[in-house]
Amino acid sequence: MFVKRKKYVTKATGSHGGDIWRNFKANRLALIAAVVLVLIMLVAIGCDFFIDYNTQVIGMNPAERLQGPSAAHWFGTDSAGRDLFARVLYGTRYSLIFGIGCTFFSMAIGCILGATAAYYGGVYDSVLMRIMDALMCIPYMLLLLMIVTVMGRGLEPMIIALSIASVPGYTRIVRSVVLSVAQQDFIEAARASGSTDRFIVMHHILPNAIGPILVDAMMSIASTIMSAAGLSYIGMGIQPPTPEWGNMLSDAMKYMRTNPSMAIFPGLALVLTALCFNLVGDGLADAIDPRRRK
Amino acid sequence: MLKYAGKRILMIIPTLILIIAIIFVILSFIPSSPGRIILGMNAKEEQVIALNEQLGWYDSLPVKFIKYLKGIFLEGDFGDSYKHSVPVFDLLLPKFGVTALLALLACAVSALVGIPSGILSAVKKHSVADGVTTVLAMLLGSVPSFFLGVLMILIFSLRLGWLPSNGIKDWTGYIMPVLTLALPSAAYLSRMTRTTMLEALEQDYIRTARAKGCKPSRIIFRHALRNALMPVVTQLGMSFAGLLGGAMITEQVFGLPGFSESILSAIQSKDVPVIMGSTIFIAAMFMVVMLVVDLLYAVLDPRVGAKY
Repeated sequence: MFVKRKKYVTKATGSHGGDIWRNFKANRLALIAAVVLVLIMLVAIGCDFFIDYNTQVIGMNPAERLQGPSAAHWFGTDSAGRDLFARVLYGTRYSLIFGIGCTFFSMAIGCILGATAAYYGGVYDSVLMRIMDALMCIPYMLLLLMIVTVMGRGLEPMIIALSIASVPGYTRIVRSVVLSVAQQDFIEAARASGSTDRFIVMHHILPNAIGPILVDAMMSIASTIMSAAGLSYIGMGIQPPTPEWGNMLSDAMKYMRTNPSMAIFPGLALVLTALCFNLVGDGLADAIDPRRRK
Repeated sequence: MLKYAGKRILMIIPTLILIIAIIFVILSFIPSSPGRIILGMNAKEEQVIALNEQLGWYDSLPVKFIKYLKGIFLEGDFGDSYKHSVPVFDLLLPKFGVTALLALLACAVSALVGIPSGILSAVKKHSVADGVTTVLAMLLGSVPSFFLGVLMILIFSLRLGWLPSNGIKDWTGYIMPVLTLALPSAAYLSRMTRTTMLEALEQDYIRTARAKGCKPSRIIFRHALRNALMPVVTQLGMSFAGLLGGAMITEQVFGLPGFSESILSAIQSKDVPVIMGSTIFIAAMFMVVMLVVDLLYAVLDPRVGAKY
């Protein structure tokens, strides 16, 4: 990228985490994205302090409907006269819950399944992996739709659906990472020196495997946010009037000719959040894996 | 090679049965009564129960599953839609064409845009072209397809009036949906091609080829690209699943008469045979694409085919 980078740390200087942080800091674009992300998170946590949910976010005000951006309504108003700025800020909350929360849940489940599959092997491994392979033949969006069909619509079903739908991918990644770590020489050395299997898994394999897994999780937060918004966009996720960027966009489709700003602002919020997560994920990947930086 | 192909094709059948089983189990949790959907809200409870009985709704899950499998594999029968009372197969076939064409075109466009731009930015590393491609790829990777579609409609339909924003009366109707679907995927492919190409260009055999006086174009296309393309081809196949899923949303944005229409309305009315049938259609299509990718892989890398 065009941002100048400082030199990466090539020599180990104490702790592993410290090295990663130093390398991450050297990538200015990723650092800026991380700062923006922290701001976005603060908005998500703190929006209750300066926005009143009942009057500003979901309260209707037909007198002021479909206005363009102005000093009173920075992003304009929607078809029910609700302030879009307040709604976009409030929507941050849902996107972050889906992005971070669901990624965390599915990663946790994937770690357990993948690590046990790699550890026990045998019939358990092959049966589990065949099922995961089969699940991966069903497009992610379709799997989401099926789970939502079974569970119904709303926040909780969506969290569960988004968490379950990406489990197969994580299980596969975790399994392959654990297997590749388990084949390295130092594991054999540990085994030769009499460590128990459990000790090897907890103290040698997991710490070495967690880096690539975390990077993968970071990268998939953005795509989870986009899928969640997509699900709401086609009317199968969060229902209006709850402010979610996807359903705000879908609401805006009817007024595209006259009020394009109604579609543009929620969309831009979505792009900004996804971009920041992607940049941070990229920076983290570079910082953790020295081979990527050449 | 032939043996490999045969083995690979036979593998599809058990996987497909497993997929059908998984879909069957998931959808069996839907609380619905087919008799109620077919006969409507005003029908008497006894009639509903009688019809359910006739449809075999009260059979146990394994019995129903085997009956369903038999229908699909022996008669090509996916059951009848509860709501429209026509065979699911006849209902889905015309819509399948639209979705399949959309996904295949998007796949082709993303390969044609993504792979060459990735090669360019790897070969001309740190040039302006590389910088532009990298920034564009990062940006496009963060734009959800439906927002990209909305932006395109705003610019090309409403502002400039060049392209239709809705439906497919002629081929121009496909331009924006295909681009919407293809560009984010092209961005990912481009980044990936750049990485694998850079890796390939650093190998010893490239230095050897250079040392013996090989033409640069031959080094890039013959020596480096052939090795760099392997993971990209796999990714292209994998991303096809994403394209099929993304087509659900893109079709909604542009109002295309594809699968998403029937799936979404089937979900609304809990029309299980239609949901099940369309999911199986899509999974089967993805498996065929993965088969083609695997065979292509064997052509690109003779070692794969030689193992069998």
